Amino acid sequence: MKTKNSRVNPAKRATLKKAGTVAALAAAAQFNPAMTAWVSGSDLPIKVGMQLHRTGIGASYGRWYERAASAAARIINDEGGINGRPLELVIEDDGTDPRRGAEVIEKFATLHKVDVAYGTLFSHVVIGSSPRAGELKLPYYVVSEGHHVASGSLNRYVFQPGITDVRSQVISMAPWVAQNLGKKVTMIFPDFAFGHDHRDYFSAAIQEQGGEVLELIAIPPSESSFTRYLPRIPSSTEVLYHVMVGPGVLTFVKEMGQHFGSNRPQIFGFIDSLEAVDLATPQLEFLEGTHFWEAYPRYAQTGQSEHDSFYRQAVGVDQNGASVNDARDVSTYSHMFGCWETLFIIKQAMEMSGYSSPTAAHKKALIEATESLQEFSEGRNHPQGNKVFNGRIHQSFGHQNISRVEGGRLNVVHRTSIEDGLYEPEADYTLMEL
Amino acid sequence: MDFGPFLFLASLEGLVQSAVLSLTALGLCLVFGVMRVVNVAHGEFYMLGAVLAWWITSLFPVHPAAGFLAALVIGPALVGAIAFCSERLVLKKLDYNPEATIVATIGILYILQQSALLLFGPDARPVQPPLYFRVDFPWFGYSGYKLLVVAMAIVILLASWYVLSRTRAGLVMRATQADGEMARAFGIPVNRVYGWVFAVGAMFAALAAVLIVPIRQAHYLMGLDPLLLSFIVVITGGLGSLRGTIFAAIVIGMSDGIISMFFSPTLAKMTATFLVAMVLVFKPEGLFGIKER
Amino acid sequence: MKAIAGKKSLLLHAAVIVVLFGLQFVLPEYHHLTATRIMVLAVFAMGFNVLFGYTGLLSLGHAMFFATGLYAAGLTVYHLQWGVVSAFVFAILTGAIVSAAVGAIALRTRGVAFMIVTLMFAQVAYLSTLHFTTYTRGDEGLVLPESARSMEWMGLRLNLTDPATRYFIALALLTVCLVITYRLVNGPTGRALIAIRENEERTRMLGYNTFAIKLKAVTISGTLAAAAGAAYALLFAYIGSSFASIQYSIDALLFTLVGGAGTILGPLLGSFMMFYLIDIASNYTAAWLLAAGVVLIFLILYFPRGILGAVRERWIAWLP
Repeated sequence: MKTKNSRVNPAKRATLKKAGTVAALAAAAQFNPAMTAWVSGSDLPIKVGMQLHRTGIGASYGRWYERAASAAARIINDEGGINGRPLELVIEDDGTDPRRGAEVIEKFATLHKVDVAYGTLFSHVVIGSSPRAGELKLPYYVVSEGHHVASGSLNRYVFQPGITDVRSQVISMAPWVAQNLGKKVTMIFPDFAFGHDHRDYFSAAIQEQGGEVLELIAIPPSESSFTRYLPRIPSSTEVLYHVMVGPGVLTFVKEMGQHFGSNRPQIFGFIDSLEAVDLATPQLEFLEGTHFWEAYPRYAQTGQSEHDSFYRQAVGVDQNGASVNDARDVSTYSHMFGCWETLFIIKQAMEMSGYSSPTAAHKKALIEATESLQEFSEGRNHPQGNKVFNGRIHQSFGHQNISRVEGGRLNVVHRTSIEDGLYEPEADYTLMEL
Repeated sequence: MDFGPFLFLASLEGLVQSAVLSLTALGLCLVFGVMRVVNVAHGEFYMLGAVLAWWITSLFPVHPAAGFLAALVIGPALVGAIAFCSERLVLKKLDYNPEATIVATIGILYILQQSALLLFGPDARPVQPPLYFRVDFPWFGYSGYKLLVVAMAIVILLASWYVLSRTRAGLVMRATQADGEMARAFGIPVNRVYGWVFAVGAMFAALAAVLIVPIRQAHYLMGLDPLLLSFIVVITGGLGSLRGTIFAAIVIGMSDGIISMFFSPTLAKMTATFLVAMVLVFKPEGLFGIKER
Repeated sequence: MKAIAGKKSLLLHAAVIVVLFGLQFVLPEYHHLTATRIMVLAVFAMGFNVLFGYTGLLSLGHAMFFATGLYAAGLTVYHLQWGVVSAFVFAILTGAIVSAAVGAIALRTRGVAFMIVTLMFAQVAYLSTLHFTTYTRGDEGLVLPESARSMEWMGLRLNLTDPATRYFIALALLTVCLVITYRLVNGPTGRALIAIRENEERTRMLGYNTFAIKLKAVTISGTLAAAAGAAYALLFAYIGSSFASIQYSIDALLFTLVGGAGTILGPLLGSFMMFYLIDIASNYTAAWLLAAGVVLIFLILYFPRGILGAVRERWIAWLP
């Protein structure tokens, strides 16, 4: 499989290893002239260990994270790889479980001997894995949108350069919500850390806008029925803010519809409540006219950028955000772009630092190169939009979209500026030793 | 919302919960009552019922009601068959030793859960209700299908009551429950009865799941919650007492909705679980059961 | 005869420790790290085995004791900036108190009821890690700070981020646990425990206070599990709700059954085997937990005494 002979037909090398490890080598690069740049001896792949939620409650995200990452890897390889070496994705399932996540990190660092680890979504897996990544000195690029990286509670090896964190997301949208939807807000959120970030940062932000939070409704994890929580929504509520994750999301939204019917307040939801769910599912008609946060618009908008159409085509997503092979297989469009963009950022940082082998010195240089990044401009590598990166807190800040459900699709009505989502950094990872 | 309507909604939700819980717990109780076996895989039979319902309805794209009816018949039948096989292949060979069967049903739990993952994937799957309408109360709306669930559960419960108390099959089951040795002496093939009881117990769980799956969704990890809830119900109802179980299911289902009005729901779950453990410790015959043995 | 058997088994256990000690110098890096983790989990399983294997009490809630140790150590380090040693000692004490309290209540039941009561207590413990999320950060959990990654011990500076140190600590814990179990099992208490397992009524008739003995077993078992939990938190620097979930109670049962319930080394062997079985299965299928189910059924049907139990039955009768 990992033959030293660089003249072997790369298509052969790209066959799927049954061992769950996908070698995303350049199958299509057969006639690519850049291939000849792979000088003999340096054709050992750069290995990116992808920690994937293939099973467990994060599986719908995991499937799409894998597709987005594989698509990006294919392109990188088509264009000659990283520093002239092919990129190989080594995928391990973490079962959306923090203990297994930490074990997978160990496996990456010492068995697969990957160069970097990458791609984790659920925050408990990120947090459970990060001490091991730090101690094994394995750069770890997560795509989690949690505030944990920026909060400074992790370590210098953990980065989140491809997706904005939840704190920035909510504060950037609070002004628009207060001005356009209403100032009396009731929040429904899952009763664990991810939900609490929403609760704390959005409450503070809406109060800053002269609004108030009437009621906080926390839903315990693993709840499968939600109707009985809904009466706690005060009738004076102007805006209902909802965010939900896990397998029960569709039930939650449906029950909200049954509860309100046409007599509803303004509803502002995080698309997390409907990621991987088809908007055309029966009983979701009531969402017409409600608003959603989207990091990246699921439905192709008028004036779609060429980068977006390229990205959709590469990942295999149609204009409605579903798989091109199965219209019912709806993507996690507002999250998975993070995998795509992060992989290009890894490439960029590796090329800046001249990374060629997983030695301590090269990894140190890679970390410092990543920290030195300041912005990413919109383009094929960053189709979601331009971002600024704060190397001290290892976090990116980008644009957010507020979309309205119109005719069964989501149309963007407002796009925040990056400045809307900036906050005073609380930490500085660069002060930590490497 | 005012207190009155709030209570009304909580009661409606409690009814739906009670209906589903009665069926699920009845299955667990039947197996425990007759076979003296704690079936830890019970929740997985529930999960299988739901996942199969999704699969079957997706094969009948004509009308949701057609698919649903098919699922209501085929789903539990398939689950019953699987349960029957696992009873014959595993539990019977263990001679129903309580410890060994618990371990074995944990094994079955994993096998069923992981097979569902392999065959049907890790996603939460929606099932369309056979008919959907919204009931508009002055204060809030409510899913008409949920009320239908309650009605269907009552019909199924009445039917099973009839079977248990008025037919020969029921008589055989009750005789085996009362005293296995004696039943054997009267020529009842106790061994075979066990197989059927295990299958019927699983079918109750599957039926409950088919009824509920248009409200919730089918997901391979959905089995744990109904399992724990059924445990709670069966214990409170007095282990093995069918009437006690139904009564407990109604009380617990109803109070579940109402308690969470006053406490944080996680705290409510904690308290309820703790109290039930205490019931088992200090009043093992259950709160509503008749004292056995 | 008996003395010779005793000497043999003592030698065997000493040899196991020596082998584990030697292994760290030859194991490839990944397996070195994995062995560290497995040894800590094995302590958990060995604690479970004291209750299940020797006393015949099946607890389905041992994750609660593991989590008690995990949180007692982790939270004091995180919130009160305690040192590693004091946190570890505190966790063991807490584990002893919690398991004694749980035992005092749960032991009023027997058989199936005991399993369900322990299962429910564990569920309450799991839910409380979620409920008190202000301190625990619930399922997201906490990362222990840098300051908790090293300690002074008898003038020695131990760095917990160093794999060799970690291996050494895990092995030391395992050795202590092995000695405790060995002495317990071969002492009068152990014989009383086995007598209870075989026939509780008769043991009571013989004048034993079976409740007190069983309570002792629950406490020792729970405390060992808590020690494993505390070590897990301190060595791997992460605490979170998932460690209190029912999955971990079942893991302890699985490890013990595989290796052999009622044998001292069984849980250790079982932990190694199951860890690698699942690790390897995950290379081939997404449904890697299927392996756990199949193994459970297979064992309970054909090798209800586990691997070492079968070995003892057929070949080495002196295996304790």
